[in-house]
Amino acid sequence: MTTATARISRPGHATAKPSRNKASRERALAWARRAPLLPALIFLIIVTQLPFVVTLIISFLNWNSLSPGTTGFAGFENYVTVLTDPDLRQAIFTTILLTVAVVLASLVIGLGLALLLDKKFIGRGLARTLLIAPFLVVPVAAALIWKHALLNPTYGLINGVLTWTWSLFGSDTPPQLDLLSQAPLMAVIISLVWQWTPFMMLILLAGLQSRPMDTVEAAQMDGATPWAIFRHLTLPHLRQYLELGGLLGAIYIVQNFDAVFTLTSGGLGTANLPYAIYQTFYYANEYGLASAAGVVVVIGTILVATFALRTVFSLFKKEAAR
Amino acid sequence: MSTLSPAAARTTPEKSSAPAVVRRRGKSRMDPTRNNTAAGITAWLLALLFATPVLWMILTSFHSETDAATNPPSVAANLTLDAYKEFFGEASGVSPWPSLINSATASILSTVLVLALAIPAAYALSIRPVKKWTDVMFFFLSTKMMPVVAAILPLYLFAKTVGALDNIWFLILMYTSMNLPIAVWMMRSFLAEVPVEMLEAAQIDGANLILTLRKVIAPVAMPGIAATALICFIFSWNELLLARVLTGVVAGTAPVFLTGFVSSQGLFLAKVCAAAVVISLPVLFAGFAAQDKLVQGLSLGAVK
Repeated sequence: MTTATARISRPGHATAKPSRNKASRERALAWARRAPLLPALIFLIIVTQLPFVVTLIISFLNWNSLSPGTTGFAGFENYVTVLTDPDLRQAIFTTILLTVAVVLASLVIGLGLALLLDKKFIGRGLARTLLIAPFLVVPVAAALIWKHALLNPTYGLINGVLTWTWSLFGSDTPPQLDLLSQAPLMAVIISLVWQWTPFMMLILLAGLQSRPMDTVEAAQMDGATPWAIFRHLTLPHLRQYLELGGLLGAIYIVQNFDAVFTLTSGGLGTANLPYAIYQTFYYANEYGLASAAGVVVVIGTILVATFALRTVFSLFKKEAAR
Repeated sequence: MSTLSPAAARTTPEKSSAPAVVRRRGKSRMDPTRNNTAAGITAWLLALLFATPVLWMILTSFHSETDAATNPPSVAANLTLDAYKEFFGEASGVSPWPSLINSATASILSTVLVLALAIPAAYALSIRPVKKWTDVMFFFLSTKMMPVVAAILPLYLFAKTVGALDNIWFLILMYTSMNLPIAVWMMRSFLAEVPVEMLEAAQIDGANLILTLRKVIAPVAMPGIAATALICFIFSWNELLLARVLTGVVAGTAPVFLTGFVSSQGLFLAKVCAAAVVISLPVLFAGFAAQDKLVQGLSLGAVK
């Protein structure tokens, strides 16, 4: 880190001339350097760190705003409830399943698309633009479209296309799906994969385009098959981009609220932790319980983020050393 | 951006195509032209598949309600602006304008605030870096990794106590804190691109800080500032959870307005689509404008 700092250091670093008040001048200079940073830093600490500390405190309280008389210290009671209550435990499980499924599926599809878009073909720019579109629809709007215009069992596009296709072959008994009531979690997963695949594609495309082509050319000269090149050159190079995409995707998707809220309103086992917490404090007024669940989410995110930080850091170090 | 921007990277594969002519003779399976046609067709089919929900949303928004909710779908039905008229309240009386204005206010003002805080911070982290600047960077990043739900109850209680519930200014502060870490990361990576030689030259010429900022740093950083602003705007415009908890009747944003359609039935399908189109338009424009920088923003500046 020190070498990186030194490398990036700009002139001005050495402008402090030796003088009688060298120490105090250096201190003043250090503060002059820090000054532009402080507003942002202080603002962020107050607005994000302080509330979390309060959440931590409330999580140890027995606090339901509807029955103020019973407020008091609860110890780990709320945490025990979070981990044993069937609904909240289900929410933890749903959060993990949802996150893992969406991240993996969108990574795999995104990788495929990035490999295709890395090649040159007619209208590549337009195809790329079309592929980004899902990511640029407001998340609530996207979820509404999936709920009403695509997945609706009676007039949604998916069943409509099935009806139309079957009628082409003279059948009036097409198969009709009702994902929203039969496999609601699947509906949420599909809509999120649709929305997040472009993100993965963009990250992986950036990775592919930063690939040093000379080694690929050398491998081609030596007669390596495209698969061997992909397996031994492309994939290792993409590894950190795959990790970055996966971990950032995980951080965003763990927090997903919009899709769950809109598509299923948390019904039928689709409530993830953010939605469950929202319900617990907003409707059930169980402040202590909601806070404990919030702390559990943070612990989970820290576990993921520790790896994320490491990945981002390795990319970051590269950049700093450039 | 250096070598990794899509525009610059494009040249790399092209350079390799010259010797490929020689290779092609011996190994037909390496034929790049055949490969690319197949890849192109596949990519186009997948692109259309991915864009279908968006295109269908747009098409349905121009259909009448009876044409919108049919099975099989009535693709070729007459186009009409009825759904948009209905959405903008000519018939229903519930106008989306206040929520659209709230969203615009919250997104634009929080973006301005973010830039005002992030640009000096990024300067202190790249041009004249403070000691342990990497640690500071990671602190910023770690705040972004904390889920909103983990802080929302105290924020709600605080807003309720001081009477800031349903107040757009409180939401603006929240959006500022939400976007600040990303903005600092992005801005730092843009400012780090200011060539050291140029800063040295400016110093030798005796330029003061203001002049250096204006003549040397601003021209290089301007596109980056624009991209950062667009991305902060998009995130604020899209946000639902904070807006839903912290606002209500007066300060409700466009996404909160959209949640009014969650339980809508087929009778309003065209209107739902029109609403989704109108509310997504600013993001679609901003997103396409910031395409290349979008991924950099979302990946916290780690990927260029």
